[in-house]
Amino acid sequence: MTTTTSESEHQVRRTAGLVIEGLGVSLTGSHVDVVDDIDLVLKPGEVVGLVGESGSGKTTVGTSLLAYSRAGAEISSGKVVLEDRDVLSLPWKEVRKLRGEEIAYVPQDPASALNPSIRIGKQLVELQQLRGIGTSESRLQAARDGLTEVGLPSDDEFLRRYAHQLSGGQVQRVALAMAFLPKPKVLVLDEPTTGLDVTTQKMVLDTMAELCRTYGVSALYVTHDLAVVANIADRVAVMYAGQIAELGPRDTIFANPSHPYTRALLDSIPHLSQARALKGIPGRTPSPGRRPDGCRFNDRCAFVVDRCRTEVPALRTVAPEHEVRCHRVGEIGTWDINIGTVPDADPDRPREVILSVEGLNVFYGRKQVVHDVTFDLAKGEVVALVGESGSGKTTISRSVGGLHKEWTGSLTFEGRELARSARQRSAEDRRRMQYIFQNPYLSLNPRLTIEQIIKRPMELFGLAKGKEATDRVVELMGQVALGPQMLHYQASRLSGGERQRVAIARALAAEPDVMICDEITSALDVSVQGSIVELLEGLRLERGISMLFVTHNLALVRSIAARVEILQAGSVVESGPVATVMDTPREEYTRTLLSNSPRID
Amino acid sequence: MEVAPPKGRSGGAAWGLWLARRLGLAVLTLWLVSVVVFLATAALGDPVRAILGRDYDSNVARRQQLEAQLGVGDSIVSRYVDWLGGLVRGDFGTSLANQLPVGTQISSTVANTLVLVLLSALVMIPLAFGIAMVSAHYRRKRPDTVIQTILLALAGVPEFVTGILLVAVFSTSVFNVLPAVTLVAPGASPWDEPKGMVLPVATLVVAVTPYVSRIVRATLLEVLDSDYVELARLKGIPEPVVMRKHALLNAIVPGIQVIALQLAWLAGGVVLVETLFSYPGVGKQLVDAVRNHDVPVVQALSMIIAGVYIVVNLVADLLSILLTPRARTAISS
Repeated sequence: MTTTTSESEHQVRRTAGLVIEGLGVSLTGSHVDVVDDIDLVLKPGEVVGLVGESGSGKTTVGTSLLAYSRAGAEISSGKVVLEDRDVLSLPWKEVRKLRGEEIAYVPQDPASALNPSIRIGKQLVELQQLRGIGTSESRLQAARDGLTEVGLPSDDEFLRRYAHQLSGGQVQRVALAMAFLPKPKVLVLDEPTTGLDVTTQKMVLDTMAELCRTYGVSALYVTHDLAVVANIADRVAVMYAGQIAELGPRDTIFANPSHPYTRALLDSIPHLSQARALKGIPGRTPSPGRRPDGCRFNDRCAFVVDRCRTEVPALRTVAPEHEVRCHRVGEIGTWDINIGTVPDADPDRPREVILSVEGLNVFYGRKQVVHDVTFDLAKGEVVALVGESGSGKTTISRSVGGLHKEWTGSLTFEGRELARSARQRSAEDRRRMQYIFQNPYLSLNPRLTIEQIIKRPMELFGLAKGKEATDRVVELMGQVALGPQMLHYQASRLSGGERQRVAIARALAAEPDVMICDEITSALDVSVQGSIVELLEGLRLERGISMLFVTHNLALVRSIAARVEILQAGSVVESGPVATVMDTPREEYTRTLLSNSPRID
Repeated sequence: MEVAPPKGRSGGAAWGLWLARRLGLAVLTLWLVSVVVFLATAALGDPVRAILGRDYDSNVARRQQLEAQLGVGDSIVSRYVDWLGGLVRGDFGTSLANQLPVGTQISSTVANTLVLVLLSALVMIPLAFGIAMVSAHYRRKRPDTVIQTILLALAGVPEFVTGILLVAVFSTSVFNVLPAVTLVAPGASPWDEPKGMVLPVATLVVAVTPYVSRIVRATLLEVLDSDYVELARLKGIPEPVVMRKHALLNAIVPGIQVIALQLAWLAGGVVLVETLFSYPGVGKQLVDAVRNHDVPVVQALSMIIAGVYIVVNLVADLLSILLTPRARTAISS
C-alpha cells in the first residue's frame, strides 16, 4: 500500500463520527441510574476527553458505546448512533460484528487486559481470523505493520511472546495496535495510561494521537486526570455522579472552567512550573442511589445556595460549544490558574540533617539494582525520589525502611548507624521511621476495624493503651479528616482515599520523625491526591515530620518536596532543591522527564 | 521494568534439570513410602503367628517354611534391604497364600484397575469440563442453580449407593439391559465383555465428576470476570469462543490438579465399587490379601498404589506448568 492511496482512503473515511443521545445506564432490576442524560458527539477524527473521579460513571459511558455494560448494570435508554445506525438497538449479532471492526476498545489495566495464555501474535489477529478477513499471511503482515506503527518490534520472536514477557508500556501499545488493526471508526480508551510512568505514558499518548489523526478515528478518552486530557483532547466532557457537568473545547475548559466541580478538579492538579497549595474536594463521589436531590454536586460545592439543593440544573449552553450544568454559572466569578500558587520551597533554608544515606548499593540476589546512591533528609523536609518504573526508587525506600536487607553502604539516623533490616533495629528506631505503602487496598488488614488498625502501633510501641489509645485514635482520625463514626468500620467500606488516610493515621500513631511515602497517591484520583498532599503538608508544618516521598509525578514533586533526587537505572543523575532542578535542569534525562510530563500550565 | 526475552528452544537443558529434580524427589518419596509400608506390614508383631493362628504350634513344618520365607530370624534392616532389593529388580516376592510369584498374581488386577480408571477418566474429564462451562455460562441463573444442586447431591452420596442405584435402574428393577456383575473367565480380561464395564465406569464417573466440575466452574467464574475476557467480548469475539479459548484455557489448571487427586484416589482401589460389581481390581485384592495376612502381596500393592499417586501428580504438575505460560517461561529462562 503506498502513502497516497492510504491517504485518500482516510479522506473517504472521514465521514463517520458518533452521536450519543440521552444515554442512561441503570442497575439491573431497579430504576437506580448509574449514568443518565448523556448527550455527546464525537466528530470525525476528534479526541474527546471524558473526565471524572472514580464512581462518576465515565467507564460505564465508555463501554456503552459498544453496547456493553458490566455485570449488574444495563443500558436502559438512549441511542448511540454510528452512520445512521443505533448501536444500542441493533440485533446482537450485528453489535458483535461492529465491536472491534467499527468501534474498538482499549482497556485500562495493561497487565491484566491481555490473555496470559495466548501469544500476542495470535491475540492480535484473533478477530480477523474468526471473521475470515484476509489470508493468514495478510493477517500476519497486518499484525507486523500494526506493531511497527506503535513502535514495537515486529519479528517472530516478539509475536511469540506472552503478555508477561512485555513491560507495562509494551502491553499497552500491543493493546493499541490490536484496537487499530481492524481500522475502526471510533475508539474508546479507558484510562489507558494509568499506572504507566510519564515517559511510557507520553509514548502511548503520542502513538494514540498519531494513529487517530492518520486514520481519522474519533476517540473517547476516559480518565480521571485533567492534565493528561489537556495534552491530547480536542474537547473535554467533565462527568460528575453519572451526568455531564461541563462540556466544551479543551482551551475553553482550561481557560474558563465554569462548573465549580471542574474548577475543584483543576485546583487539585499540581503544576510543573510552580508549587501550589493543592486542595482536594471535600466528601466523596456519591454512589448510584445515594445522589443528592437538586444539583448532584451540592453537598461538596463551595458555591452552594438553597436553590442547588432543590432544583435540578439543566445542561445550559453558555458559549458556542460550551455547556455547563450549574444554576450559578456566571455568578461565581472567573477562575484563575494561578489561584493556590505558593512560593517554591526555599533552597537556602537551614537544614538540620536527620537521616543520611551514603554509598547505598542494593542487590536482588547477585543483581545490583541501585548503584552508589547518596542523599540526606533534614528535619521537617520532604525529599522526593523521582524516576521511571525500574529506576530503583522504591527499592531505595524499602532499603532505608529496613524492608529489604541486601544492601551495602551506610544509613545514619541522627548520627547513629542503622542496622540493615527492620528486625535488627531497635523498637525506638522502628517507631520513629514509618512506611506508607502504595496500594491502600492491599496495605490494610481487611479483618480489622479502623480502630484496631490505628491502635496497633500504639500498643506495639507501648505509647498508649485502652481508653487513652481509643481517644488518640479518634484524635488522629480527626487529623486525617476521617469522622469518628468510621472507628468500627472495616477497610472494605472505605474508598481508596479514605484507606490511604487510615494508612497515614496508622503511621502517625507511632509518632514518627520520618515517614517513607512510597507512591502513596498513584492509585488514587487526582482530587484525592490533592487532599492527601494537603494533609501531608499540614503534618510537616505542625509536627516537623520529615518525609521521603517516592513518586514518578514531577508536578507533584514541585508542590510537595523541597529537594529532589532524579534516579535513572538505579543511580542518581541529578539532585538539588526542587525549584533549581526543575527550572534549570542540567541533565538531559531530567529535561526528558520534564518534557514528557503532562501539564496544564 | 526489565523483561527477559523468551529463550525459546535453548531452555531444553533447564527443562531437563527441572524434570531430573522432580524425578529425584519422586524416587525419594517412593523410598520413604517403602520404609513406612515395610514397617507397617512386616516389622510389627510376628507375621508367622498371625498367619498360622492356632496352627502355629501344631503345624511345625509349615511354620518353619514360613519363617524361612519371611526371614524372621534376620534383623529388620537386612529383611528390609532384601525386600527393597527385590523391588528394585522387579521381584515382588512370593505370595504366602498360594506360593505363586506376587508379580504374576497382581499384574492382571493392576491392569484391570488401570483400565477402569482410564476409561472413567476419558468419560469424566470432558463431561466435568462441559458441565462446568454450561454452569458458568448461566452463572447464578436457573440452569446453574439446578446443575449445582444436582452436583452437590451427587457428591454427597457414597459411591456404592450410586452403584446400587445404577444396578437397580439398568440391570434389575427397571431396565434389564446391562449386567450387574462383571464375570471374567479365567485368563480373560473384564473388557472382553464391554457391556460389563459400563456400570462400574458410570459409578466412578458419577462419584468423581461433581468435585472436578465444581472446581472448574469456580475458576471459570473468576476468569470470566477478568479484564482480558472483558476485552475479548469488547473486541467482538463470539461468546462460545470467549468461553473456549479465553476463559477455559486459563481455568484448566486447578481442574488438572483435582483430576489428578481423584484419579489417584480411584487407582488406590475403590473397594466398595469393585466388590459391588465383582470387578477383579486392586482394591478387592488388597482387602483379600490383608485378610489372609499375605504380607508380600499387601506390600507390593501398597507400593504400586503409592507409585500411581506419585506419577499422576507429577504428570499433573508437568501439565499445569506447560499450560501456564508464565510458569513455563520461568523454567526455560
